[in-house]
Amino acid sequence: MLSKKNKEAFFNPLSKDNPVLVQILGICSALAVTASLEPAIVMGISVIAVLAFSNVIISFLRKTIPTNIRIIVQLVVVAALVIIVQQILVAYNYDVSKKLSVFIGLIITNCILMGRLEAFAMHNTPWPSFLDGIGNGLGYTMVLLIVAFFRELLGSGTLFGFHVIPQWCYNHGYMDNGLMILPPMALITVGVIIWVHRSRNKELQEN
Amino acid sequence: MNKNSNTYQILYAAVMVLLVGTVLAFIYMALKPKQNENIANDTRKQILSALHIASPDDSQVKDVYEKYIIQDLLVDAEGNIVDSAQNVAFNVDMKKNVKLAERQLPVMKCKIDDGSIKYVLPVYGAGLWGPIWGYIAVNDDGNTIYGANFSHEGETPGLGARITEQSFQDEFKDKHLFVDGEFKSVAVLKRGQKATNGAEQIDALTGATITSRGVSDMMADCLAPYSAFLKKMQQAEVVPVPEPAAIEEVTNDNQPE
Repeated sequence: MLSKKNKEAFFNPLSKDNPVLVQILGICSALAVTASLEPAIVMGISVIAVLAFSNVIISFLRKTIPTNIRIIVQLVVVAALVIIVQQILVAYNYDVSKKLSVFIGLIITNCILMGRLEAFAMHNTPWPSFLDGIGNGLGYTMVLLIVAFFRELLGSGTLFGFHVIPQWCYNHGYMDNGLMILPPMALITVGVIIWVHRSRNKELQEN
Repeated sequence: MNKNSNTYQILYAAVMVLLVGTVLAFIYMALKPKQNENIANDTRKQILSALHIASPDDSQVKDVYEKYIIQDLLVDAEGNIVDSAQNVAFNVDMKKNVKLAERQLPVMKCKIDDGSIKYVLPVYGAGLWGPIWGYIAVNDDGNTIYGANFSHEGETPGLGARITEQSFQDEFKDKHLFVDGEFKSVAVLKRGQKATNGAEQIDALTGATITSRGVSDMMADCLAPYSAFLKKMQQAEVVPVPEPAAIEEVTNDNQPE
């Protein structure tokens, strides 16, 4: 169940092989949904679910998929899963589906999904593929949360919508930095995280 | 079988698409009634929210809605009531109700807990990424906004999507649609700017210039056709609650001199 290889499939994406920080995938959504914590969390959970299931399905089908049209097959599986998730949310959890509106669609275009299907699920059995999907989803969610934490705190002075910066700071001239809410600062925040991450993991540094 | 032969690939693709299509169509059909119900309930919640009535559980929304909304009306550009059948205003599809010449003007007449009468007017417009819409509750003086609720399809979270936040919607309360007897709507503008037509204004959302402008334009565009209806209300001061049968008379009574 949890051989060394499976453990690697699960734990490597959290740090040494993080999809966002090391493979630089899924940056687009990391910029779009991290203005505050709540959408970041929900986006993370949705990506974990879709990634894990599409990995498993593609892994089951991997021996039958014709090489020439494998990308199309992968895309159809991902798109179908995303639509199903969306429809179920609209029917059974309308409020959440409203909050997520665009994000759900964005999952289809998330490079991490195609990347993992192509690089892992096409060559591995379903169980490691499932672990790989969960691991990569978690690695992605982690980065989203760190970025969203700083952006929401410095940009709006809130966390999960609650004001955390005390009023006396504002009274003494502190101001929320509106720039943090805009996409460019998300890119810079991701850059700073990559910098810190690489300075702590010397083997990741390129010469 | 050769996995790379044309026949295999075409068959594979065809079967896969058929299979996925069937599954999706089945799921869509199976969930549709539930989804429609959710959407209708959500609309009711938005209308109640414009009236500052807290949304109850999904199962009770319909009852609460029917308790407060006493009458649905359609009015015309001259302010006359043209239809008052049940749910006639609720059922107007604002998405298809855009062309000014053939626009229907739905009004929901409501009686809130303190006994006062409010009129809810739906508005519909464009944000940055897609449609935005809302419900504006107006006092029976035909001028003062009692409450507002805005929704959107796909505005940027944390930026344009903040039009759904209570703090933004509350700013509309007690603003006046008319200035010196002229319809002016309410402008949404950057702090420091002044509305050119002298309308009352509220602050735009930071980082959401286009969505804020969309709200402003939507208010002006959708509420302007109601100005005759609202004016009549102002002249009559307090419009009596017409029973469905007595609508014709009331309309005539309120004709401006």
